Amino acid sequence: MAVQTITKEPFVSFASDAAEDVSEKQVRVQIDESVTSPVVLYFATGIGWLLFGSLAGLAAAIKFNLPEWLGGTPFLTFGRIRPVHLNTVMYGWASLAGAGMIVWLTGRLCRVAVQKTWALYVSAILWNLGVLFGVVSLFFGYNQGMEWLEFPRPAGGLIALGFLFFAYSIISTFRKRQVEHLYVSLWYILASMLWFPILYTVANLGIYDGVTEAAMNWWFAHNALAVWFTPVGLAGAYYFIPKVIGRPIYSYYLGLLGFWAFALFYNWNGIHHLVGGPLPTWLVTVSIVASVMMFVPVMAVAVNHHLTTLGHFRMLKYSPTLRFVVFGSMSYTAVSLQGSIESLRSFSEVAHFTHYTIGHAHLGVYGFLSMILFGAVYYIMPRIAKWEWPYPKLIKLHFWMSAGGIALYVIAMCIGGWIQGTMMNDPSLPFIASVNATKSYLWARSVGGTMMLIGHLVFAYQFVLIIYRSGPARYVPAWFEVRPTAALTGETKSA
Amino acid sequence: MVRSSADRGINRGDQIGMMFFRSFIFFLGVLATLLIGWAGLVGIPNMMISEVQPPKGLERYTYEQSFGRSIYIREGCLYCHSQQVRPVGYGADQARFWGRPSVPADYIYDKPHLLGTMRTGPDLFNIGARQPSEEWHLLHLYNPRIVSPGSVMPPFPWLFEEKITAGPEDKVVALPDSIAPKGKVIVATAEGRALIAYLIGMNHTYPVSQASASNDTTKKK
Repeated sequence: MAVQTITKEPFVSFASDAAEDVSEKQVRVQIDESVTSPVVLYFATGIGWLLFGSLAGLAAAIKFNLPEWLGGTPFLTFGRIRPVHLNTVMYGWASLAGAGMIVWLTGRLCRVAVQKTWALYVSAILWNLGVLFGVVSLFFGYNQGMEWLEFPRPAGGLIALGFLFFAYSIISTFRKRQVEHLYVSLWYILASMLWFPILYTVANLGIYDGVTEAAMNWWFAHNALAVWFTPVGLAGAYYFIPKVIGRPIYSYYLGLLGFWAFALFYNWNGIHHLVGGPLPTWLVTVSIVASVMMFVPVMAVAVNHHLTTLGHFRMLKYSPTLRFVVFGSMSYTAVSLQGSIESLRSFSEVAHFTHYTIGHAHLGVYGFLSMILFGAVYYIMPRIAKWEWPYPKLIKLHFWMSAGGIALYVIAMCIGGWIQGTMMNDPSLPFIASVNATKSYLWARSVGGTMMLIGHLVFAYQFVLIIYRSGPARYVPAWFEVRPTAALTGETKSA
Repeated sequence: MVRSSADRGINRGDQIGMMFFRSFIFFLGVLATLLIGWAGLVGIPNMMISEVQPPKGLERYTYEQSFGRSIYIREGCLYCHSQQVRPVGYGADQARFWGRPSVPADYIYDKPHLLGTMRTGPDLFNIGARQPSEEWHLLHLYNPRIVSPGSVMPPFPWLFEEKITAGPEDKVVALPDSIAPKGKVIVATAEGRALIAYLIGMNHTYPVSQASASNDTTKKK
């Protein structure tokens, strides 16, 4: 009977027909043990960068409200803090936490202990050194001058090298796989292992001049999302939603369609950042068409995720992981549809060059990617630390601070940005009117940012507790509320 | 648990071959999607635009202007100011007299490009033509709110220094008496002077031929 209860642990589709027994559980424990230290290293350093990056972002936001604040020192001027914020949260937090999640997922999905773990340590160290070097350079004003490519070459090189070591371990693990069927998450992971190094190399060829450099810049910046950050987020959503709910993904074929449409259309999107700019019309048009075509993969993913969740919303009451991940997958649908519409010329006429774009970017990177990463950390840590989250109430506080903060942020910036764009396009108004009109929205943005920072502090505090196995011991999962079925069946599955 | 391939009557060797083949096709497809995108959006445009000749009215940056441009990048001006003028009928750039629509040839000497994606502040593509006054730029960089009330631009005091008396070469900030330091003058440093030289030099009002005006001008009202 005891064995029976363990088999209730939901398993994703590829193994759902395999009879589970105690040895199955042991395999998972072995896989988890093979990655404990690298994953903790990735998560811990990622969360460190998250705190630092959020502080930098909040400081940059407050500078819009109080332009003289911290304005006397060159290191803390807006134009240096802003790239520090972007680069730490993207290449520090999202990339490192994402790498940690991918390592763990790859072991689980290949059903084999992760190979070449030494390469993961090397990768995490090189990567962190790269970000550290880049951030210090930016404070001192060594900026390459292109958005998303601000880090000086040596810093970028260290990160790229770190990525290669990381990919080496992932691909070695993949080659030793003990499964025949590759689950959807693994497609995204493997594709990004190949895409990201190529993207980075091609972007740094140095053969571009003038406006082609701008085309390259935005091809790279948008593709950093397309080939690394979005695959990471989608791999997480594809894994955790069915896993926590305990039913297979809605449709394998939609997953297939979604993946290849994503691969085909996403990397043509970048030039919509230059709508109205001095580039050939056809080039911008191609990117707009591809951006609209993103409806196909986005709807495929949306249907797959949301229909898997449908009928199980009750679970959101209990599972912290599911709550974060479902919030993330809903944000993905929202931000992608918003992005497709935003690329249209008529829409861009108002929204381009305004805070609207900043709101959109944060909905993607925070509402979608970061929320899924939070969910992943809440799921993975108890399994590798062998200790439950001590305070479910703090997880709840983190969720509401993050969800409320990002909602306030995005709504304020999208409304404020739209007003800004409308006034900018009205020549009867002086330009400064478009600045003054945004000020109250920028205050709301700072409040939203403060909420998110509070959420991150709570998150980091509890993360420290779990790696030291402190706080009250807990022998049942850290659900938000006692789950009736779990109590009845004696299920011991973690949050 | 791996299902035994014997259950389905497949030879183990064939099965490994099939798995290898499928991964190969997968990686090939993944590689192709990205490289085709690069060719379309960057490679082909790079070939097309590399034939563009510099316009007659466009001058190369002087040494001081180049230095100023590096200060512009260092202080992150590009995060709030664009350097591109939108076409007729698209936005209010024309009505605000920000200049004729910019064309690829205008950027032939720009590396890195500074097109920008944000207009927290106005476009600067023709700031030198619109605001040629050195005195205005000195005040504006020292503290933007002196000349532009309500501005959210940061001040750049480290591009200036205090002196007892200004030398003959010094550019003095003409501060109003109420905020001027007693018995001292504020003058621009070499970095400040270079940044202003770059800004005042930013003047793209020369004519360009219609042929080179291949910018994104689809929308006509």
